[in-house]
Amino acid sequence: MEISVKINGKDIKADIKPNTLLSTFIREHLNLTGTHIGCDTSQCGACAIHLNGDAVKSCAILAAQADGSEITTIEGIASGDKLHPMQQAFHENHGLQCGYCTPGMVMSSIKLVENNPNISEDEIRKGLEGNICRCTGYHNIVKSIKQAASVMGG
Amino acid sequence: MYDLQYSKPSSVNDAVAEIKKSSDAKFLAGGMTMIPTLKARLSSADMLVDLKGSNLSYISVSSSEISIGSMTRHCDVASSSDIKGSLPALAKLAGGIGDHMVRSCGTIGGSLANNDPAACYPSAVLALGATVVTNERSLKADDFFEGMFETALNEDEVITEVKFSIPEKATYIKFPNPASRYAMVGVFMVKKSDGISVAVTGAGENGVFRCEEIENVLNLNLALDALNNIQISHDDLTSDMHASAAYRANLIREMAKQGLKDLI
Ligand SMILES: Cc1cc2nc3c(=O)[nH]c(=O)nc-3n(C[C@H](O)[C@H](O)[C@H](O)COP(=O)(O)OP(=O)(O)OC[C@H]3O[C@@H](n4cnc5c(N)ncnc54)[C@H](O)[C@@H]3O)c2cc1C
Ligand code: FES
Ligand code: FES
Repeated sequence: MEISVKINGKDIKADIKPNTLLSTFIREHLNLTGTHIGCDTSQCGACAIHLNGDAVKSCAILAAQADGSEITTIEGIASGDKLHPMQQAFHENHGLQCGYCTPGMVMSSIKLVENNPNISEDEIRKGLEGNICRCTGYHNIVKSIKQAASVMGG
Repeated sequence: MYDLQYSKPSSVNDAVAEIKKSSDAKFLAGGMTMIPTLKARLSSADMLVDLKGSNLSYISVSSSEISIGSMTRHCDVASSSDIKGSLPALAKLAGGIGDHMVRSCGTIGGSLANNDPAACYPSAVLALGATVVTNERSLKADDFFEGMFETALNEDEVITEVKFSIPEKATYIKFPNPASRYAMVGVFMVKKSDGISVAVTGAGENGVFRCEEIENVLNLNLALDALNNIQISHDDLTSDMHASAAYRANLIREMAKQGLKDLI
């Protein structure tokens, strides 16, 4: 079947099999491999992207369901060489170790902050329930998001 | 995932017509259960009929009743100021399902049709005595749930709406499984003019159930210490890798004790 999506600002038409996952479409058809796959159970959040303005898990959605929608992946949030405030904050606060969970953390937390600009530390920790990190112990991730929130909010 | 076809009809009638075309067609709502189970080949479908185009996402609130379209997402229920005003326990329940990314996709209709024994919404529907409206009929909550992952729905039947009458007071207390976020035990408690009703999810061998042991005590004595010394029978409760039946029985009492504060 044919689908058309706008991804990171670019209009794309593609011919896909209806059982293609959105994450597979993004990684293997469009070669945008920043979106990661960390589990089989839709629990880890490494595959988070923005779909029509919401953070979602691209491994639990069919590409067919995204027909006609607007998608942003981790590759689409910086402006040229200027990192998104969330990326910059992860960089400055050592919010990652191996980096595997990081694209999902960044995409998920951008929406947490956009939907709640004065987000508290407690709300950040609760908000990250759907994003699992095996390395950092979360403290620096939370610090990064707090810093980004102050930049994004003001 | 096995091969399948996908269609997105633009009305409920068209969706039902589409589903009737094949014996293994299934409805698709938010996909938060459907896609992971298809992916794991725990289920299969030769055709997915997406309900996204059928205009079933809405919330309407009157002085006595809340009607929620079946395709309304958990995040929309959680953030609705009308629901927060008239039945805050339901907004809290929806806001505690999974994580914010699951809540951006998952729907009330999908959750009820699936009737996962650890899902949150079934407890609200049962305790509030809600009505599940389909394209064919209206089902009372008592007649809708028929055991683990089983409901009264026919294969071609679509949930279109859920109607809740607004009680005096209600609360939902959940002890989430720390890995999956589903309810290890969730207790939905309601105070209506005709008495107290309490529904428990996450714990029953046959899915969601009314807890008469607690209801009977509270209908006689609605006091903060009323549940301190009761014993919940664990005969029909689940034992699994997460918790024994006895542990769940204890959690039911403890969650209900917390909830009691909101009913008094
Ligand atoms: C990581 C994770 C955590 C979760 N945590 C929780 C939790 O804490 N509490 C909780 O309650 N749930 C939880 N869920 C489940 C979530 O709430 C799902 O949204 C829900 O179970 C299914 O809803 P859906 O809209 O995604 O339906 P789908 O997955 O699209 O459909 C589920 C089933 O219902 C059928 N169906 C869907 N809509 C209709 C309809 N209108 N009429 C008839 N049949 C229909 C489908 O054919 C399918 O069989 C979690 C899910 C995930 C992935
Ligand atoms: S890969 Fe999507 S949640 Fe783990
Ligand atoms: S940085 Fe390694 S998984 Fe999070």
